[in-house]
Amino acid sequence: MLVGVTLVTFVLAHVIPGGAARAALGARATPGQVASFNRINGYDLPLWDQLYRYLQGLVVHFQLGYSYKSNQPVKDLIFSRLPKTLVLLGLSTIVALVVAIPLGIVQVVRRNKPVDYALTGMSFLLYAMPDFLIGLLLILYFAVDLKWFSISAPNASTVQGILADPRGLVLPVLTLASTTVAAFSRYMRSSMMDVLTQDYIRTARAKGASERRVLYRHALRNALISIVTLLGLSIPVIVSGAVVDETVFNYPGMGLLTYNAALNNDVPLLLGTTFVAAISVIVGSFVADVLYAVVDPRIRYGRR
Amino acid sequence: MALEPDALTPEQTILVRDDSGAPVAVTAPGAPVGSEGSLVRQIVRVFIDNRLAVVGAAIVVLMVLFCYLGPVFYHTNQTNAQTALLNSTQNSPPNAHNLLGTDDNGFDILGRIMYGGQTSLEIGFAAAAIATVVGVLWGAVSGFFGGVVDAIMMRVVDVFLSLPTIYLLITLTVIFQASEGLLILVIGLTAWLVPARLVRGETLTLRVREYVQAVKVMGGKGSRVVLRHIIPNAIGAIVVNATFQVADAILILAALGYLGLGVPAPKTDWGSMLSNGVGYVTTGYWWEIYPVAIAIVLVVVSLNFIGDALRDALEVRLQQR
Repeated sequence: MLVGVTLVTFVLAHVIPGGAARAALGARATPGQVASFNRINGYDLPLWDQLYRYLQGLVVHFQLGYSYKSNQPVKDLIFSRLPKTLVLLGLSTIVALVVAIPLGIVQVVRRNKPVDYALTGMSFLLYAMPDFLIGLLLILYFAVDLKWFSISAPNASTVQGILADPRGLVLPVLTLASTTVAAFSRYMRSSMMDVLTQDYIRTARAKGASERRVLYRHALRNALISIVTLLGLSIPVIVSGAVVDETVFNYPGMGLLTYNAALNNDVPLLLGTTFVAAISVIVGSFVADVLYAVVDPRIRYGRR
Repeated sequence: MALEPDALTPEQTILVRDDSGAPVAVTAPGAPVGSEGSLVRQIVRVFIDNRLAVVGAAIVVLMVLFCYLGPVFYHTNQTNAQTALLNSTQNSPPNAHNLLGTDDNGFDILGRIMYGGQTSLEIGFAAAAIATVVGVLWGAVSGFFGGVVDAIMMRVVDVFLSLPTIYLLITLTVIFQASEGLLILVIGLTAWLVPARLVRGETLTLRVREYVQAVKVMGGKGSRVVLRHIIPNAIGAIVVNATFQVADAILILAALGYLGLGVPAPKTDWGSMLSNGVGYVTTGYWWEIYPVAIAIVLVVVSLNFIGDALRDALEVRLQQR
């Protein structure tokens, strides 16, 4: 996996039309400037040698190159931003789960009643709205009209500074959570319905367990298993969503860094953020897999 | 003997012996999904049964007509920024001349929704088509051959699945200059992974079925088995996924438009329009935000309704519940 992601970023760096030198120095660079840029950055070496050096730099020093724009190491830029994005991702995922699971249960308890239809309609609507639109509407009502929260996210440079300003965090977290809430609650509803048709639920009812006990002790725990699977699968979606979310709220995380890199044609920085985003997805999916084994005792990796 | 009716092809009848040894005829449930005709008939039935799907389909059709035939009746200048600036006021609210007002360049909003809608719908449908074709072939080949081929092809899918789409899209649109064709290509080529996995899964269950074995025994080539037998039988899942792909492509394009990486001027798309409009969110120019937002949401919701209805109808597994 890691090797594959590395190869993809390496290939992307080498398919830039006109070469990396043109991208960095601009169209008016003289052939001499291009040649010296290539020599300094090792672009004149054979491709395999370049790949070897790239991998060596990556593995030994976690070297991702230098930003064209700010001339700082990509590594430093990303690591100063990554924790803030992780705070945003973590909080919004928790919010999404806390909201979506009860919603899904309500829909199952009141299935095919007005509440169910209303919530289904709402989740369709949330799903169909572009993320940035949700963010902007939230800003419009809660920050501009009601003045409950501030318009832009906390701009502090440290994680502590950001957590110290919860009023600024509310809207970005809600926005990022909104799209996953739609998917999670739909899924929660269908997996609860699924579980409720199982034989052990009928058994539980037959032995006289109350409807409450059946729902929470028997059905919910089994339905949660599939939510954990969905959580693992939605990590790339959430990480992607953070880019738009951070841009809307001017939240100084990795997504905003990527957006600015895109505006500046800063290819090494873009490749760096893409690489780190992919790594965080892999790590996230791994964590979801571990959780999966914790939630479902039937699954034990390696021992069959 | 325990016999799973699922193991048979639809409507295939075979004789088995029950526990007492007496022969019993077992017929697999479900309609055959092998031929084009039955698929069309099934889809028609979905739309008759499901009112939401009818509404959804009507909205999508109307929206396509609106975007392509609308400009025939409602003439507006959407390409020349200079004349737009000269001939009309900027940011003017809806009036008799500009039914939905104008944007900050003096372009008529109603006409612009049609014009941008053409791009958004074209990219949405074309990207979904590319994603589906590439994904289906990839998944079918991978599942059919199995073994090492399958392992390698699926690891490629895993690698791309772990690259968050928007990062890859941003990088690709920056490296290559954005254009309508490029956007179709990159959105399509980042979205083929889901159909690939889906079709591989279907293929793995289909390739051990008797009729596929029979084709092989009769000397049918691999390409024939995949194209004529496996893909047509997985078509239900493929069609359902393709519907959602169009909706997702339109949303992804909107996100790219918001980041300023949409179709370059003088063309536009709904995402770029909305991105332009939300700059005026605090000044109260609602006509630059809500009409185009409603267009996006309507199309995406409709496509989701259609997809849900198709899934209910085409996926036999769900029907039996």
